[in-house]
Parts: sequence; structure tokens; C-alpha cells
Amino acid sequence: MRPFTLGAVAYDPKVVTIWEGFGNWFGEQGFDFDYVLYSGYEAQAEAHLTGHVDVTWDSPLAWVRTRRLAAAAGRTARSIAMRDTDQDLTSVVLVRADADIADVGALRGGTVAVGAVDSPQATLLPLAHLAGLGLDPDSDVTVLRHDVMVTKHGDHIGGERDAVVALVEGRADAACIIDGNQLLFAREGTVDADALRILTRTAPYDHCTMTVLDGTESGVVDRFIELLLGMSFDDPEVRPLLELEGLREWRPGRTSGYDQLEAAVDRLGFYGPDGRILAAGAPR
Amino acid sequence: MSTAVVDLGPLGLDGGAHVLVNLALADRSAGERVAVRGEHPALPVHLAAWCRQQGHGWRTGDPGDPSGVVGWVERGATTGARWRGAARAVGDDGSDGIAPAAVSEWGLAARGAAVEPGGPTPRFRLDRRDDLWTDRATALYAQAAAGQWDPATVIDWTVPIANPPEVEAAVVTVMTFLIENEEAALVVPARFLGQVHPHFREIQQVLAVTVADEARHVEVFTRRARCSGRPLALSTAGGRASLQTLLDEPDYATAAFLLSVMGEGTFVSLLSFLEQHAPDPLTRQIATRTRADEARHVAFAMAHLERHATLDPDLRPRLARAVEARHRALQHTSGLNEDVFDALVLLAAGAATPGAVRRGWDRVQELQRDMADGRRGRLARLGFSMAEAETIADLHTRNFM
Ligand SMILES: [Fe+2]
Ligand SMILES: [Fe+2]
Repeated sequence: MRPFTLGAVAYDPKVVTIWEGFGNWFGEQGFDFDYVLYSGYEAQAEAHLTGHVDVTWDSPLAWVRTRRLAAAAGRTARSIAMRDTDQDLTSVVLVRADADIADVGALRGGTVAVGAVDSPQATLLPLAHLAGLGLDPDSDVTVLRHDVMVTKHGDHIGGERDAVVALVEGRADAACIIDGNQLLFAREGTVDADALRILTRTAPYDHCTMTVLDGTESGVVDRFIELLLGMSFDDPEVRPLLELEGLREWRPGRTSGYDQLEAAVDRLGFYGPDGRILAAGAPR
Repeated sequence: MSTAVVDLGPLGLDGGAHVLVNLALADRSAGERVAVRGEHPALPVHLAAWCRQQGHGWRTGDPGDPSGVVGWVERGATTGARWRGAARAVGDDGSDGIAPAAVSEWGLAARGAAVEPGGPTPRFRLDRRDDLWTDRATALYAQAAAGQWDPATVIDWTVPIANPPEVEAAVVTVMTFLIENEEAALVVPARFLGQVHPHFREIQQVLAVTVADEARHVEVFTRRARCSGRPLALSTAGGRASLQTLLDEPDYATAAFLLSVMGEGTFVSLLSFLEQHAPDPLTRQIATRTRADEARHVAFAMAHLERHATLDPDLRPRLARAVEARHRALQHTSGLNEDVFDALVLLAAGAATPGAVRRGWDRVQELQRDMADGRRGRLARLGFSMAEAETIADLHTRNFM
């Protein structure tokens, strides 16, 4: 029997360090574990459906696609675990602090900088949010995309950084990023303190999830969940891996935080209800 | 405990406000809260994001709250996790004491620091106190730091050199010899420096400043050799073979003994000789400066080995065997110092005349007695008997180092 095999996307070399480290730790706990890296989430989702892997570490958009592909095949997908830092994120639409932009309507005719075409947090969610406020991304504004590592669903932060730089340099009137990244960009000096202001922000949503499909042996899945939730930030062996992966504790999975993205995907026509890729500029 | 309040004024989290929040959280326990007041418009958004990343809880207050509280941060359970199990990098007495054995996990951490577990475990070969320690290191390092000198300013390079050509050639021969010896004195401590566990920082500091001293010595002897525009003299195979045995010695105590007690100790005599008898004031100035440094190098090795020898009864026999082995290794080499010896005679003579050469000859005889006396004296201080000291001093390589 093959080990319980996880699929993850190689958006950064550290991904190898993370899953080698977690893999060793799982081995020490007597859990037979392996991992496969994919270059992008679309390939990973398709491989998941074919049974190439048992669990996938999914971006929120990959969750949406996997759920849709599974549903189209008469199957069900389940969110089994996520990071504490994956819950209740928001995306913000930033403008320059001194800009004469009092509300979303004032962006009409302007340029909105976003991340990669397939970034849920820096493109799909904020553009759908703006659309909900009456600003159609196709006709009311020029969308300035920053396609860093397409197929990696915006995991690479470069697209968001580029969007903010475009705003700071005056090439855009607004920029869309995750709430916490404004603090990161301030810390690294990309933006000055008090240089940017939050014009509007999305409702809270959830980010990554561990996804399994029906038919995966439940005893093994339960043990995997138990091990994840048992990882302690107090453990000096595990702590560096948790820090690399950007969490302090694993939490049970939930799907309540994905409704907003499901709606955004429909509104912007990114995937069909069956998980087919529709969007122009998206891979394949 | 009442709820603490932190007032951020106009400061936002994009301008460092988390520093103040952290200070307010520092004396809270997990689950306890700090109320945050402030005027920055993005505070609720940024505090929520920051708390999520830091593992703290966050509750937004009422926007119109007259107290100005924008919300509450609840200290998370994982805050301060790095301190858990972090042991101090000190000896068992719990003070800032020197440990008998430095722990690999301490790595580069400052002595006395709390060391978060789970880091790298670098291997420093010299990690045992009794193999390298001396309490005198602190004072010797302080002396060395205070005694650093700038070759460009403390030595008057404008003094004209008016030595007769034969005498100037002798000076160049001696300088050529000195430079390669200084190189050995630089490379040997530099190699051990990287092997000393950082816990013993005073030892590192002395070795580091010693290497800097030797770098200056290489510089000033090189500059002096070139003063008269002559090419440098011959580097003999035997001379280099002798120095190579110092470079090849893997044991720290043995290397310190051979290089510093035997070699640099002898150099102190040689530099005093140059200070008194060199034909030009420039060479004499250089000798004065370098001799002060060398005396410190000898004192450091002596302090270490005196302590080491009282703790380890095998050390003295080991050192004696090392001198014998070095003697055997070098007994079939030749040309060690004939040229240098004759150059020293001419240098001290100051002129190529029978009367002057006789004067130089007598001075070099005196130098050799001085060197042998110094070696015997240092060996006696290390606890060797008179007879042992005599034997070892005699076996010491014909090369002065
Ligand atoms: Fe020297
Ligand atoms: Fe020296």
C-alpha cells in the first residue's frame, strides 16, 4: 500500500523544506507519509480527482475547483484542516492617503491594480467586492494585473507587492491585497507609514485548506487530522516548520469561509459550475 | 488583574504600533486582554490581521465608543513559546560562568543568553574549558586592544636609510626571514580561532587580535625590506619546512607551545636585539613596536599552558615529545639559518670591516645565550625540571621560530 500522499504546490523552494520536515515528523509518529509537488493548483486538482494523491494542500481557489470537479463527477470534497491564519481574512482596496478618493464610486474611470489573474485574495475577491459596490471591473475601471506565477493562485506575494508599488508610483489609483500584507509591505519598506489608506474591504473569508475526496480511507484521514491538530508550537522540532508554513496551530477544516469566493468565481466567470476553466488569461 | 490599556495616539500598525501593543502584552498571561485606544483609521483592520498572524485573539469595539477603545487584544497561548525550554548558555553555577564543556546547541549564542532549542548544532573542536582557558585572557585582550598601533602613523617612514650596501642587504635578509615567520604566527592562531567554541569568547578575542597583530608585523617588515628598493632575499626550503611543522600541528596546546613559548619567546629576544643593534632608527622603531606585541602573545600561551599543565599531568610529557618529534622531522634539513645568522652579524656590525664584524659576532653570541636562557626560563615556569628544560631547549629547532 502506498503511503498517505499529500499534494502541494511548489510556489517557493521552502515548500520542499516544509514537507520534508513534516514528513519526517509524521514518520516519527509512526505515520506513513509522502508528498508530491505540483507546479500549479490546476494540475494538482486534476491529479487529485484521478486519485494520484490522497489529500491536497489547496489554495481557496483550488478548493473551489476541486469541489466543483468532484461534484460534476458525483463525488464530494471535504475540508479537513486549515491553519489558524487561514480563517477570517479580508482583502483591502488601498488608495494613496492623499488621493481625492472618498468612496468606491470615485474610482470610476481609474485604474485598479490587482495581483495575478488567479489570485483569490488580490484579484477575484476584491474585484467581485468592487463589482458588488457597483464598480464593474470590465467596464468601469481599468484592471492592472500583476501576473506573478500564474497557476499558483497568488501564493507568491510578488503580485501583491507589484500592485502596491504601482499604486505608490501613481500608475494605479487603487491596489488590492490581503489585509496583513499592508503591514508586511510597510515593514519591508515598500510603502511608507501612513502613505496608504483603506478605501474598502471585503467580508471575511477563509484561505487554504487540506482537502480530501470521498473514498479516501477514513481511518487514515482521521489519524492525519489528529496528527496535524496535535502539532504544538511549543515543540522546538515542529515550531520552525509551523513558522515556515505561517501558522501557530492547525484547526479543523470548514467550508463556511468559501461562499464569497464561490460567488466571485461565478460573477467573474473564472470556472464553470463543473470546474472547467473559463477565464481568459488563466492556464489552458 | 484589571484590563490594561495601550494608547497608540495617531500611530498605525504600518508605522510600528505593534511594538507598543507587544509591550502592553508582555506582562499579561495567555487569555488576558489589553484594550487598544488610538486614532489611526486602519487600526481595527490592521489589529485584526496582526492578531491573526501572531496567534492573539481580537475583538473589535464599538466604533463610537467614547473611551476611544477600538478593540481588545487577547494574548495568545503561543506567545513567548520560544522562551519555553530555552536554557541559559552558562556553566552550572547559573551565573555568567564559564562551563567546563561548551554545549554544541549554544552555537554562536552569547554566553549568558537564553537559547531557544531546535537550532543548529555546530561542531567547534575546542569546546572544553580545560584545554584552552586562562583567566588572564580578559586582561591580555584589553591590553592588546589598547595597544593596537597604526603602522602609518606611529612609525616614521621618512627617516632616511643610509646603511652601507652590505649592511642594508643584511637587513633585507633578516626582514625576508621575519616575514615568513610572521606568516606562520598569523596562520596558526587563525586556524585555531575558527575551532574555538564561542562560549570562550575571551580566548577568541585574544586569538583574533593576535592575528591582527601579526598582520601588522607582516606589513611593517615588508615595508622595511622594500625601503631601499632591493628585491627580497631567499626563502629557504629548510626554513619553510620548519615553519610547516607548526602549521601541521593539530593539537592546540602543542601548537601554542611550539609557536608561542618556543618560537615567539625566542622572537622577543631577536626583536630586542634588533631594537638595540639595528643600524637604522626605522628598523629599531619597528622592532620596539613588534616586540611589545610578541611579549603579549608569549604571555597568553604561557598563562594557558601553566593552567593546563597543572590540570593535566600528561601535558608536559606530550609537549616534550612534540619538541623531539619536531627535531627529528627537521634534522635532515639544512640551510635553516646560516644566511640569517650571518646577516644578523653584519646588521649588528653596521659595517663590513674586521673590527665591526667582530663586534657584531659578539652581539649575536650574546643573542643566542639570551634566547637559550629565555627558553629554559619559560620551560621551568611550565614545571619542567632543570634537566628536562635543558634537553628541550637544546632540541629546539635551529630556526629561531
Ligand atoms: Fe609577530
Ligand atoms: Fe606573535
